[in-house]
Amino acid sequence: MGSNLIDALFVFMLAAFIGFEVIRHVSPLLHTPLMSLTNALDAIAVVGAIVLVGEKKSTFATVLGVIAIVAATSNVVGGFFITDRMLRMFKTSRPTKPQLTKP
Amino acid sequence: MTEFAGSQYLIEIVYLIASALFILSLKWMSSPATARHGILAGEIGMVLAIGGTLLHHGIVDYKWIIIALVLGTGIGIPLGMVQMTAVPQRTALSHAFGALCVTLVGTAEFYLRSPNVPKFMMSVLSMEVILGGLTFTGSLMAAGKLQEILPQRPITYKGQNLVNLLLFCVAVGSSVYLVLHPEAKVFFPIIVGVSLIFGVLLVIPIGGADMPTVISLLNSYAGLSAAAMGFVINSKLLIIAGALDGSSGLILSIIMSKAMNRSFANVLFGAFGQVHASAAAGQEAKPVRSATAEEAAAILSAANKVVIVPGYGMAVAQAQHKVRELYDALTKKGVEVRFAIHPVAGRMPGHMNVLLAEADIPYDRLIEMDEINGDFPQTDVALIIGANDVTNPAARTDQSSPIFGMPILDVDKAHTVMVIKRSMSPGFAGIDNPLYYLENTLMLFGDAKQFVGAIVRELGGGH
Repeated sequence: MGSNLIDALFVFMLAAFIGFEVIRHVSPLLHTPLMSLTNALDAIAVVGAIVLVGEKKSTFATVLGVIAIVAATSNVVGGFFITDRMLRMFKTSRPTKPQLTKP
Repeated sequence: MTEFAGSQYLIEIVYLIASALFILSLKWMSSPATARHGILAGEIGMVLAIGGTLLHHGIVDYKWIIIALVLGTGIGIPLGMVQMTAVPQRTALSHAFGALCVTLVGTAEFYLRSPNVPKFMMSVLSMEVILGGLTFTGSLMAAGKLQEILPQRPITYKGQNLVNLLLFCVAVGSSVYLVLHPEAKVFFPIIVGVSLIFGVLLVIPIGGADMPTVISLLNSYAGLSAAAMGFVINSKLLIIAGALDGSSGLILSIIMSKAMNRSFANVLFGAFGQVHASAAAGQEAKPVRSATAEEAAAILSAANKVVIVPGYGMAVAQAQHKVRELYDALTKKGVEVRFAIHPVAGRMPGHMNVLLAEADIPYDRLIEMDEINGDFPQTDVALIIGANDVTNPAARTDQSSPIFGMPILDVDKAHTVMVIKRSMSPGFAGIDNPLYYLENTLMLFGDAKQFVGAIVRELGGGH
C-alpha cells in the first residue's frame, strides 16, 4: 500500500507536468474542442464505476455505480462526438481558395 | 490464481497503452491540422481501456454494466449533436456529469470500505467527494445560467464570502475528523452535502461575462477529483487522465483570468456585475453618431482592410452565418477581412472560433488579440458585432473603471469604428463604453443578424 501510494504520487506529478507542457502549445483557436476532448478523456473514470457495478458487493454500491456509468458514458460518447464535429468545421482558406494567399 | 494474475497484467498493459494514447491525443490537439488524429487516438485509448476493464476478474455480473453503457450512449449522442451556440452550456453539463460519476463512485467506495479506511485513502477520498460534489452542483448552476434557465445576473447578499468560507471549513474540518476517526461514518454525508451546497453558492454570484474563467476552473476541478478517484481505486490510468484534465483546466483558467486582468480569487469572490451597475448609473445621454445599413455598406466597400470583432451578442443573435455572407461579399470586392478574437469573447474559451468555423469562415482569418492589436492603426474599418467590454478603451485610460487594466482590442485606433448594437443601454456587465462617443465611431442600431443581412443586401445591390 505504502509504495503503491508513492508510485501513484509520482505518476500524478509526471502527468501534471506533461499536461502543462502539451496543453501550453494548444492554439487558442482550439480551446473549445480542447475542453470537450479533455472532458471525454476524463470520463475514463467510467472504469472505476464498471468494476464497482460488476463486483456486486452491495445494492447501494451497484445503484450508485450504474448512475455513474451512465453519466460517464454520456460524457465519453457526447464528448468525442462534439469534438469531432467542431474540428471538422475548422477549415483553412489556403488549399481551397489559393487566390487569398496574398501576404 | 496464475490465470487471474495473467489477466491482471494484460489489463495493466492495456491501460498503459491507453495512457500513452491519451497524451498523444492532447499533443495532436495543438494544431488544427493534426487535431482530428487526436480524437482518433483518444477514442482508441478509451475503447481499449473500457474493453480491458471488462476483463477484470472481480466482475461477476455484466447485465447492469451493459444496460448502463447503452443508456449512457443514448444520452451522449444527443449531447454531442447540440447547436454550436449551445456548446458552453453543454460543456458545463458534461463537467457536472463527470463530477457526478466521481462523487458517486467515491461515496460507494467509502461505504464499502468503512470503517477500515486507511488515513491516506480517507484524505484522497474526501478530496474526491469535496471536489466532485462542488463541481457537480457548481457546473449545473453554470449550465443553468448559460441556458438562461437561471438569472444570468450575479446574485449577491451580505456576508456571502463569510458563508462560503464557513461551509468550506465545515467540509474540510469534517474530512480531517473522518481521517482521524474513520468509524465516525455520520461525517461522510455531511461532507458530501456541504460540498453540494458549496458548489451552488460558489457559482450564484458569478455573472455571464466571467463564465469563461469559471468553466475552465470547474474543468480543472473535475480533472482533479478524477485524479483523486484514481488514488482511491489505485488506477494509474485515471490519475493520468485526471492530471491531464486538471492541468488543462488550470492553464485555460490562467489564460482567461489574465485576459480579464483579474485573479482567481477576484473571479470567485468578486461578484463582478454589481459594481458596474452603480458605476454606469451616473452616465447620461451623450451625443453619438449613427448610420444606416446603406451608409455602412458604402464605407465598408470603400475600405481596404476591415477587421470584424465578434462577441457574445453575435452568438445570441445567431448572426455568424450572416457574418460569413458579409465576409464573402467584401472579399469578392477585394477587401481584406480578418476577425479579431479576444480570449474571453463569448462564454467559454474559444467560443467565437467555433462559431465562426461553423459558419465556414477559414480559421486562418481568425486572429488573436496580441497579433492583431498592432494592425488597428492601419485598419480602415473595425466592425464590432455584439462585443462590448473587450473593446472598451476605458480599460486603458480610466483608473476608476472596474475593468481598468484588462487587455482589450484597440479598435478605437482604426480609422472608422462601426458598432452594431441593439440600443445604447450598457452591456451585460453594465459598464458604459466611451468608444461609442468617439469622433470616428458610427453606431449601427439594430439586431446583429438583421443588420448584417441588410449590409450584405446593400453590398450585393451595388454590383
